[in-house]
Amino acid sequence: MSTKGKVKGIISNLVTIGVDGPVSQNEICYISLGDEKLMAEVLKVAGDNVYAQVFESTRGLKVGNVVEFAGHMLEVTLGPGLLSRNYDGLQNDLDKLTGVFLKRGEYNYPLDTEKLWQFKPLVQVGDQVEAATWIGEVDENHQPHKIMVPFNMEGVYTVKSIVKAGDYKILDNIAIVTDSEGNEYPLTMVQKWPVKQPINIHVSKPRPFKLLETGVRTIDTANPIVEGGTGFIPGPFGTGKTVLQHAISKQAEADIVIIAACGERANEVVEIFVEFPELEDPHTGRKLMERTIIIANTSNMPVASREASVYTAMTIAEYYRAMGLKVLLMADSTSRWAQALREMSNRMEELPGQDAFPMDLSAIISAFYSRAGFVYLKNKTTGSITFIGTVSPAGGNLKEPVTEGTKKAARCFYALEQARADRKRYPAVNPIDSYSKYIEYPEFEDYIKTKIEGDWIGKVNQMKTILQRGKEVQEQINILGDDGVPVDYHVTFWKSEVIDFVILQQDAFDKIDSVTPLERQEFMLDLVMSICNNEYAFDSFLEVMDYFKKVINACKQMNYSEFRSEKFEKYVAEVKAIIDEKKK
Amino acid sequence: MATKAFQKIYTKIDQITKATCSLKATGISNEELATINGKLAQVVKIMGEDITLQVFGGTEGIPTNAEVIFLGKTPSLKVSDQLAGRFFNAFGDPIDGGPAIEGEEIEIGGPSVNPVRRKQPSELIATGIAGIDLNNTLVSGQKIPFFADPDQPYNQVMANVALRAEADKIILGGMGLTNDDYLYFKNVFNNAGVLDRIVSFMNTTENPPVERLLIPDMALTAAEYFAVEKNQKVLVLLTDMTSYADALAIVSNRMDQIPSKDSMPGSLYSDLAKIYEKAVQFPAGGSITIIAVTTLSGGDITHAIPDNTGYITEGQLFLRRDSDIGKVIVDPFRSLSRLKQLVAGKKTREDHPQVMNAAVRLYADAANAKTKLENGFDLTNYDERTLSFAKDYADQLLAIDVNIDTTKMLDLTWGLFAEHFKPEEVNIKQELVEKYWK
Repeated sequence: MSTKGKVKGIISNLVTIGVDGPVSQNEICYISLGDEKLMAEVLKVAGDNVYAQVFESTRGLKVGNVVEFAGHMLEVTLGPGLLSRNYDGLQNDLDKLTGVFLKRGEYNYPLDTEKLWQFKPLVQVGDQVEAATWIGEVDENHQPHKIMVPFNMEGVYTVKSIVKAGDYKILDNIAIVTDSEGNEYPLTMVQKWPVKQPINIHVSKPRPFKLLETGVRTIDTANPIVEGGTGFIPGPFGTGKTVLQHAISKQAEADIVIIAACGERANEVVEIFVEFPELEDPHTGRKLMERTIIIANTSNMPVASREASVYTAMTIAEYYRAMGLKVLLMADSTSRWAQALREMSNRMEELPGQDAFPMDLSAIISAFYSRAGFVYLKNKTTGSITFIGTVSPAGGNLKEPVTEGTKKAARCFYALEQARADRKRYPAVNPIDSYSKYIEYPEFEDYIKTKIEGDWIGKVNQMKTILQRGKEVQEQINILGDDGVPVDYHVTFWKSEVIDFVILQQDAFDKIDSVTPLERQEFMLDLVMSICNNEYAFDSFLEVMDYFKKVINACKQMNYSEFRSEKFEKYVAEVKAIIDEKKK
Repeated sequence: MATKAFQKIYTKIDQITKATCSLKATGISNEELATINGKLAQVVKIMGEDITLQVFGGTEGIPTNAEVIFLGKTPSLKVSDQLAGRFFNAFGDPIDGGPAIEGEEIEIGGPSVNPVRRKQPSELIATGIAGIDLNNTLVSGQKIPFFADPDQPYNQVMANVALRAEADKIILGGMGLTNDDYLYFKNVFNNAGVLDRIVSFMNTTENPPVERLLIPDMALTAAEYFAVEKNQKVLVLLTDMTSYADALAIVSNRMDQIPSKDSMPGSLYSDLAKIYEKAVQFPAGGSITIIAVTTLSGGDITHAIPDNTGYITEGQLFLRRDSDIGKVIVDPFRSLSRLKQLVAGKKTREDHPQVMNAAVRLYADAANAKTKLENGFDLTNYDERTLSFAKDYADQLLAIDVNIDTTKMLDLTWGLFAEHFKPEEVNIKQELVEKYWK
């Protein structure tokens, strides 16, 4: 019999419940309020009192309302048909909810139970299987969706029967497996998993090394992220965090993209809803939405399900990784998630840490980031979850707890800068403060050599040195004045401006400039570095600016032209002609 | 509010703070309303039999034996077409001497719109002010605040925007508004002959501060009525949200909650988001657009209130006095409309996005030149030209007294480009330069 209880106290969405039986930490319970049942999660147990956060508004709740405990933690349902869906933080299918407004206490089954899937068995009767073994496959939006032995089944099982290839519904029995004692376990295409527990079914998790191409030059060229890597984008509001994140999720070379809109603006989510079904995946030519899952828990939706939403997204990502797929998970923004933690910690009257965040915030963030990664599965295939989170630091101050906690956990750092955004230098990623640890990995260096000939990393480092030098020179010019420094200084500064304008800045709203394939990035870096490696003859600093503005203008026109088109080659020739004018 | 005969009256209050009262009672619902000696209050905490109430009118003069009556309902507003042209207080009671409103009683602070049912905003709101239309185009269904110092003319700009925006209804939510500003709005709307399109909910500085907490929800409940039931385009003006957040801090402080940044409650982000996210484009055609004011102290946008607001709203508008031209301008650097790309170049001329960016970039170069000048350095010819461009640009386009259409704004800007620069200095796509360079 399941445990029952009664409401004893209410402060906002924290409810105190008196219980009559055993309750476990993080167990789910339902509070009856008239015809509605409100879902809640146990956060703390103190004697007979259980403290639970309600995933809904608690308006109208009374002392004495009956509570039923579900006997399990917050779970997601995993099976074919997750792709292209729009879920809320608790995995309710938003499209199935009726009405323009969300109704309290309305929950639904996240998958389609009636749809027929073409199932192809991958094991035979008598085969030994264990948790996560691929026993069959269905085609989900042109990707092989593996049907796996549920992750929570421990030990080795024998396949007693498996259905023939054919059309089945997700809840049909497709196989029976037996354990060593002969107990039978019927399997369907669906399994459940508690979101706050990582799915650890892989054999090993090496250092990631494969470049994940995003088409964004300031990432791919300057600070690359890799398959299974982690990165974060902190930035004050208005610096283009969301635009950058959308660009990555549209263009990245991933099989599955999961977007967790965690406590952010609803209109931005609507933009994804509207755009993704229209936009084409540059890698497959199919619609972007076919490979995308959106977890939308916007800022006005209940705060407790906001906290759950990032876990829901991560668990779904782990499920697809177990199929040997490349998953990209984007969370916007992890600061909202941290704020949800803070609100609850505050209501539970826990002793606060810095800025009133919970003391273990940094540990919670690290644990979450560590669920990403590149893995070898038991059948020797690989899968990956690349995780990029945005952080919205209060007042743009990067010394706040969420940014600091994330900095410890993530390996790539894309620092968005207000000053760059003010000057419309988008993406406003500061090239000097940002970093990618992966570029230092020898594994990465070996890998990139298979993609790009020559000393790519050497060129990238040289580019960064010029940027750094340009910044220093600019400061000196600001102190000493234009004519207080040698003409060479101006040349150095303008070389760094060429890099900034031509490579780092990218027009996210231009069809051609917004996506730069690796081949084109290689061409551009070579061109720009050849400009930078030349010596130029100038009589005075006045000539320098005019000259390099011409160079930049020609390069920009080139950026707006289709790669290798006639127009493109014309501008390349123009750039080269300008260079020859002044080259020593 | 009439007392029903069978309602239980409590007469023993255990604890009184500046904003809250506690007493023992049973059968009480969370967020239920009560009256304490006639003063309206709302349940904010229940612990067994201990009930804590937040008293909207302040607790001054409440005795321990005050009569407490629970009303069995949460704050609500009666909605119907009769709302139009009327002025109400924070409780939704008329303050203009007119009759009470008849209509359906709706709980305020209702549920959120399902994000998949929202439509993408796509209708341009023309204000005639180039600092807004050209650089920070507004879109219906957007939410955007003015970040302004208290001495800046934000209420005037807001009133202008409201009048030119061609909304079906304008709903004014005043929080801690001075009586003078309240009368200003009333006069402007009256003189423009649009009073029948206005609904006002007013909490002035003369009213108790905690009452303000009801204003945004009242205004937005009325807005939802017109936008959902009548498919109207509704513009909601909220001034000033800083006063609202201050009232939140007062209540959370009295309830002994641990403050987070700048003594604000830890839930500030969610509290503000619940309000601003009511801005929406409905599929049936109605829309709610929110233009708010967040006053800053000493221009500090890192304070918790503007900072949290900036993360919720779709941009922000800054006003600044430009000493070169002696006028107030819409600051092109710090102002931003996040939805502008939905209309710029789509509902306006194709060159809009590039012209806008190029002009702001050149204006930034002028700012650099100015710094050089201030530090006593010689200016280059280019610097001189950016400075004269900046002056013309501020005077003819950024100033808040401008009132022209977007095409005119673009033509003017191209004119300024040609007057001060060479084509290769503006970094605009060649095709556009060929077509529009004057």
